[in-house]
Amino acid sequence: MSTVMQSNTSSLSDPLLIDGIAYRSRLLVGTGKYKDMAETRAATEASGAEIVTVAIRRTNIGQDPNEPNLLEVIPPDQYTLLPNTAGCYTAEDAVRTCRLARELLDGHNLVKLEVLGDEKTLFPDIVQTIEATEILVKDGFKVMVYTNDDPIIAKRLEDMGCVAVMPLAAPIGSGLGIRNPYNIMTIVENAGVPILVDAGVGTASDAAIAMELGCDGVLMNTAIAGAKDPVMMASAMKKGIEAGREAYLAGRIPRKRFASASSPIDGAFF
Amino acid sequence: MEITLNGASRTIPEQTSAGDLIQSLGLADKRLALEINREIVPRSSFGQHIIRPGDTVEIVHAIGGG
Repeated sequence: MSTVMQSNTSSLSDPLLIDGIAYRSRLLVGTGKYKDMAETRAATEASGAEIVTVAIRRTNIGQDPNEPNLLEVIPPDQYTLLPNTAGCYTAEDAVRTCRLARELLDGHNLVKLEVLGDEKTLFPDIVQTIEATEILVKDGFKVMVYTNDDPIIAKRLEDMGCVAVMPLAAPIGSGLGIRNPYNIMTIVENAGVPILVDAGVGTASDAAIAMELGCDGVLMNTAIAGAKDPVMMASAMKKGIEAGREAYLAGRIPRKRFASASSPIDGAFF
Repeated sequence: MEITLNGASRTIPEQTSAGDLIQSLGLADKRLALEINREIVPRSSFGQHIIRPGDTVEIVHAIGGG
């Protein structure tokens, strides 16, 4: 590839394809942990994300009916909403959440499946995740599945019909960045569906590294919402993902143990 | 009659439909989903579905999350 990519016009020359739909942005963002709706909107816009996750929770009964509503700042007709199953520790709860989400969003069936195993690490419970995947895929959901960085499980989830597999970089909200780049690389190399790093990204270079490993995209929430300036960090992440993707497509130099001079010796006058 | 709504006990009139309940809560124009006794009641059925004593009702919506 010899042409420089410009972010506005030629982005669709390298689209992110999920379940047959092309997206311009390879950055997917969550909507949690912001200080208010205005910040949620501003950061989401600055990120350039098209796919945005939401959580499904009880409506507050008896509260102010004029309370701002997330879907007013992140309208379903402007964004692709990705309901998650955050907080679910069983396949049953996750499936129930997805079904309610689908009803809430008028039949929209793209979901982020996460079934947690442990409160401290928020690592996925793979056994329950597999159980939920089987039920959800059979029920017609398009599942983007949060998983660990085990290449065997990643392939298994793909084979079961997930439309995307999303290995974690590190624990949710930890900001540690990719802990196991070789596993992520293996997952990417074996994949027939998009691989998106989800969870644990901390700063723009982490996102760039994910893209340089060949990932198709990155999903993050805390890295942006928890930054001192979330809107600026959203912009940084957008650029980091674009830079990492371009670097990946450009084909980096190999790592070498020793030097190789950049200037010729011939013609030296000293 | 007594029902459980979003985890709390609530008294509502007999023969309240799901639609009536949503209306009475001021949620008629909100995007939400409703489940009664773990079964989803589609929006199109809100008017017809009559809530029974002891029913467990969940009304959910989308909020910020990662």
